[in-house]
Amino acid sequence: MEGFKNFLATRGGIIFVGLVIGVLAPVLQNLGNPPNMGICVACMERDIAGSLGLHRAAVVQYMRPEILGFVLGAFLSALAFKEYRPRGGSAPFIRFILGVFAMIGALVFLGCPWRTLLRLAGGDGNAIFGLLGLIFGIWVGTRFLKAGYSLGRTQTTPSKAAGLAFPLLMLGFLILLFIDPQPEGEGRGMLLFYSLKGPGAQHAPLFISLVVGLLIGVLAQRSRFCTMGAFRDLLLFKQGHLFSGVAAFFIAALITNLILGQFHPGFEKQPIAHTMQLWNFLGMTLAGLAFTLAGGCPGRQLFMSGEGDADAAVFASGMIVGAGIAHNFGLASSPAGIGPNGAVATIIGLIVCVIIGLTMRRR
Amino acid sequence: MAEIVDARGLSCPEPVLLTLETIKKLGKGEIEILIDTDTSRENVSRAAQSMGWQIVEVQQEEAWYKVKISKD
Repeated sequence: MEGFKNFLATRGGIIFVGLVIGVLAPVLQNLGNPPNMGICVACMERDIAGSLGLHRAAVVQYMRPEILGFVLGAFLSALAFKEYRPRGGSAPFIRFILGVFAMIGALVFLGCPWRTLLRLAGGDGNAIFGLLGLIFGIWVGTRFLKAGYSLGRTQTTPSKAAGLAFPLLMLGFLILLFIDPQPEGEGRGMLLFYSLKGPGAQHAPLFISLVVGLLIGVLAQRSRFCTMGAFRDLLLFKQGHLFSGVAAFFIAALITNLILGQFHPGFEKQPIAHTMQLWNFLGMTLAGLAFTLAGGCPGRQLFMSGEGDADAAVFASGMIVGAGIAHNFGLASSPAGIGPNGAVATIIGLIVCVIIGLTMRRR
Repeated sequence: MAEIVDARGLSCPEPVLLTLETIKKLGKGEIEILIDTDTSRENVSRAAQSMGWQIVEVQQEEAWYKVKISKD
């Protein structure tokens, strides 16, 4: 077991993890997940918000098993490798706000960093602007880090049980999904909301999504796979360790898409994407900055919450609430373009993140 | 006497930032870095080695690690 642990933390290990995720994501699309959305942490958390009725956008309502698997897989991995360590208390409400705005930025672009790369690997040229925005947002974040930005220290919680809360919430959602499936042709079970059409109605079989989610949860917890950290470490330290995993993820997704006939290059009529490039750029600038200030991409936040990190769980909760806000108040984009209030929300988000970056300081 | 960097409880990438700042300040010698997650232990060790420093010792305390690095 130690050998496995050590291998995944090496350069070869993180490349292996990137390759595995890069193959699995397009395969999930082939099995039913929405196009270029085999895995999108932001979109999938948005669908979870919809399934809980936190927003009522009828086309994006599904309790995505992949997300539940990410947290539960990371939790089981942390337990197995003795890395489960309940902790929290590092500016939790600031992290919640960062989570809200990270989601708003991601939904203006229509994807998190994972989907940015999957969209590119599917031939969606609009994602180039999203990727440039993401890198710019991360670069701005690194300026704050260099100037002493910090959200302060976490504390180990007195009770080991404290770190169970978020994994147990995910387990509860999973049980709910099993006992409250979508009735044939209806948009609501006993409790959960479902989509009859649109991305929320497109999903791989539950069991497969769950197993893939659990597997990625374990692999990413061991390897510390982080799509934001990949670019941050390159910009900040000129270290390519995490980047090599993300590069492997992109290359594997590209090759898998080519094999499965899922590569369709172009800008117009790309699936679940719009061509308003300024907002593709600025949406991901906001998301990239928020992820950097919070110390991890949305996937990494889920994996850390599985390790017992309550601050990461607060950030993830902020993202789910942010999805509710984004869809309820016309901030989220659609293939037609940005929402009526998407531009102003992006600007407010950037201002808030800059204020957080300037005021939260170690010295 | 080794310089001590207490990075316990700090978010990624602060432990690495503080370690690299101290490495640049000292140029050579001994540094003890206190961290509390395996991720930070790996990141700090990788960063120190990339700067030509050696990992002398990794000691597990109650709820944290002490990573001792040095350069002649």
